[in-house]
Amino acid sequence: MIHLEMANAVYDQASLPDLLPLYYRRLFPFPQYYRWLNYGGVTKNYFQNREFSFTLKDDIYVRYQSFSTQSELEKEMQKMNPYKIDIGAIYSHRPNQHNTVKSGSFQALEKELVFDIDMTDYDDVRSCCSAADICPKCWPLMTIAIRILDRALREDFGFRHCLWVYSGRRGVHCWVCDEAARKLSVTARSAVAEYLSLVKGGDETVKKVVLTSPIHPFIRESLMVVEHYFTQYALLGQDIMSSKEATDKVLGLVPEDILFLSATCYWLSLLSVLKELLGDFKTEKNPEKRWGRLKTIAQIKSTTVKKGQYFDKEIMLQYCYPRLDVNVSKGLNHLLKSPFSVHPKTGRISVPIDLKELDCFDPFDVPTISQICEELDLPRMAGEEEPLEDTKESDKEPGEKRKMRDYKRTSLAKYVKLFDQFLEEMARSRKGELIKKSDLQKNF
Amino acid sequence: MWCPEWSPRTNAAELGGNQEYTEKDSTLDLLYLTHFTNNAVQQQKEETFAVERLKLLKTVENLGVSYLKTTDQYVKKLDAEFSSLNFPFRTEADQKNAPPGPTEYEKRRKDHISHFILRLAYCQTEDLRRWFIQQEIDLFRYRFNNLNLKSKREFLHFNNLQYDTLSVLEKKKLSEKLINSSFAVSGITVEDQDFYKVPFQDALDLVRTRKVYLKDGFVYIPHFEIVTIVQNDFRTRLSKALALTARSLPAVQSDERLQPLLNHLSHAYVGQDYSIQKSIGKISLDQIEMLSTKSYPLCMRQLHRALRESHHLRHGGRMQYGLFLKGIGLTLDQALQFWRSEFVKGKVDADKFDKAYAYSIRHMFGKEGKRTDYTPYSCMKVILSNPPSQGDHHGCPFRHTDPELLKQKLQSYKVSPSAISQILELVKGMHYQLACQKYFELTHNIDDSGFSLNHPNQYFVESQKFLGGPGAVAGGKVDVKREDNATPKPSNVAPPQAPGPGNLSDQVDAEMTEDLDSFFQDA
Repeated sequence: MIHLEMANAVYDQASLPDLLPLYYRRLFPFPQYYRWLNYGGVTKNYFQNREFSFTLKDDIYVRYQSFSTQSELEKEMQKMNPYKIDIGAIYSHRPNQHNTVKSGSFQALEKELVFDIDMTDYDDVRSCCSAADICPKCWPLMTIAIRILDRALREDFGFRHCLWVYSGRRGVHCWVCDEAARKLSVTARSAVAEYLSLVKGGDETVKKVVLTSPIHPFIRESLMVVEHYFTQYALLGQDIMSSKEATDKVLGLVPEDILFLSATCYWLSLLSVLKELLGDFKTEKNPEKRWGRLKTIAQIKSTTVKKGQYFDKEIMLQYCYPRLDVNVSKGLNHLLKSPFSVHPKTGRISVPIDLKELDCFDPFDVPTISQICEELDLPRMAGEEEPLEDTKESDKEPGEKRKMRDYKRTSLAKYVKLFDQFLEEMARSRKGELIKKSDLQKNF
Repeated sequence: MWCPEWSPRTNAAELGGNQEYTEKDSTLDLLYLTHFTNNAVQQQKEETFAVERLKLLKTVENLGVSYLKTTDQYVKKLDAEFSSLNFPFRTEADQKNAPPGPTEYEKRRKDHISHFILRLAYCQTEDLRRWFIQQEIDLFRYRFNNLNLKSKREFLHFNNLQYDTLSVLEKKKLSEKLINSSFAVSGITVEDQDFYKVPFQDALDLVRTRKVYLKDGFVYIPHFEIVTIVQNDFRTRLSKALALTARSLPAVQSDERLQPLLNHLSHAYVGQDYSIQKSIGKISLDQIEMLSTKSYPLCMRQLHRALRESHHLRHGGRMQYGLFLKGIGLTLDQALQFWRSEFVKGKVDADKFDKAYAYSIRHMFGKEGKRTDYTPYSCMKVILSNPPSQGDHHGCPFRHTDPELLKQKLQSYKVSPSAISQILELVKGMHYQLACQKYFELTHNIDDSGFSLNHPNQYFVESQKFLGGPGAVAGGKVDVKREDNATPKPSNVAPPQAPGPGNLSDQVDAEMTEDLDSFFQDA
């Protein structure tokens, strides 16, 4: 059993120049990383034509990095010690030779379908934090986002290999690695992102979600997720129906004809009921009961004038539904922060998120580079055995062997294991595909 | 069906006088293209065809912005344009009673030839290709929708669009989901019609707008909606064809007769793109504040305000405003100074600015990377692409701002209540550019702006001309041909007249022939 002490290391950006070399020499999971990006070696030069970009010390940014082998990647990263690593597309030629290619011929060909959910985009609906800050009160927004999007990507679009990663500071990324996803055109990516978008409008828009009848199955599924978290997250955690200010904001999303009870003839019969409910609403202090009142009003409304009948659902979605940046998803050559990259501002490693334990995921528990570097130096606990070696490992140099197991002694271990599982799934899939193909070719 | 790209026919068909119109073609009068041949254009008449088609496509473009493409108004106006330009659009039920004028055959031939010539003109750059494909697709969809059910079926059949259909049992199981996925699908639809199982990549428009049931990577499309699929297929083929055409272009360009025509055509489209700043260097930075209130269209005024207030703009805003500034004549140095001075007042220090933002400004001016000289966004681009999200200030306020907030904003700019309600009416009818034109008229205190707004820099130039300011474009060929606009602009909320191509009366390139010139004035 690996013993993980709560490392006392407090992260300081100034110590990156010392920590990064250690990280890249002993902790960064190069074999898994290469296994991922090589995708089984099915397509020629897939790894070699992949663009990486590095941000070095003093904000020096270098693009169009590419590598022939895992070893070359390792050596270069250990030499440059990048503060940030971004992954780009697979191009028609080696990115580091793009200047030698005839202009116009150097094209981005494939890339994972990616999503970037950033907490800043929710600033208008979260009361606890703003900008780059996050806290346990608003983190559920990410949980909701992952649940909704992951379900849609799997069940609606049929994608099976979605890697969700904590960005290191204020959001999450998703890498959809299916072959079909990697081959999607720009138009297709933007269509997928639009399908998944429900919250529209900038600062100038007050009502950002509008639902019309019939409600699409995708929206229904998403609503179910939101409803599951809404009471705890929004009514209690975010207090959206407590203070006058917060409640007024919510009421700003309710159709005017409800708020001001314009007495048109279809209302007359319900006027007294509604008046009572609104009166109750104003006197009721308990946020859950208040919300209950609004929902009842919505139900009544839906029996009369159809316009604006879904306002309660619209409110829930505006406060909780994932906000994604379409531009990140649609660009074929867009560069996105790499998994297992360090976030320079927080020191946290960009780690995969276990969807099976999603509700327990705590971004503040994610290891920082200082923490895991310190864990490396911890003495092994008594009774801790060297893991059994398989034949491949015994062929390697002792130094390498130690290297390969170093991360296992740190808090990083469980995340690399997650990544391994993800890669294993993909390998199984590939094998399944090959068998299918060869079966089809057996025309007897 | 005339569709060589899809049919088993592999021979290129010749253009020209031979009768290519078989029996099948006469029942399905949609347009599909022949392969490029070298002796394409032989006669003067065919040049006219091309120009008329261009006019048609520009009408398609303008109508597409002003009206929803499914409304009756849109269809009626397009019908009118088709018949006035003598393009085929409906199967003539009875040839004997056909009105005098070109025969169906002649119309079809014109259709083909004009499309083909425009391909040559519009394959040359990414922007031109994109525009051409968009209009041709809208045209195609309009025509396909005019086909009756039988013809549509025949078309699909002929073009080998083989998709699995759902069995009766499968349909029943999915019935509720299918009905809930689309306003247009009812229980009866599910019972009566075939549903096709199509990979979602083939039905992107339906996926994008979530108008269809999507499960496991497949969408389930009722027969009557198959046009979207067909359209996407058309788009792919046309795109490939244009790429092919571009490659054979050098051969065509050596044809002396063809070259001037092609130049005029693509120039006519691009027209005023404000990438050539004739007034470059005539604006000084300290005038910008004043100019922003007097001569900026609302979108740029909004961006400028946001920049002044938060000393920052996000990428979308920087692009839209930055390119606009380039278009009004700022030099690269001025632009760098302008942006730096604002950002430095915010959270960005001079060093970071130079590292992170200066590059992208130089990029805009074509001094980095691909060295493309990016052109300022037209209204169409601002309205239709990259809608703003939380924290953004770009886009078109008439399109992207909540009507309530828009009203408040206009009130704060001291626009009268009656004018505000006129503007809001236009916004409701989705006539965003007309709303902006109205805003121009109000802020300049005139009844009739005298131009058809389709570009923010055009707004600026017109405003400066009116006010006699430094941003008015100098140059000998400026000829304010206002009197040629025979159709007056409505001063109240009336449906807009069928707009012709954007007003090119100013800055007409001397190379344009007399004939082409008159073609592009508003009739």
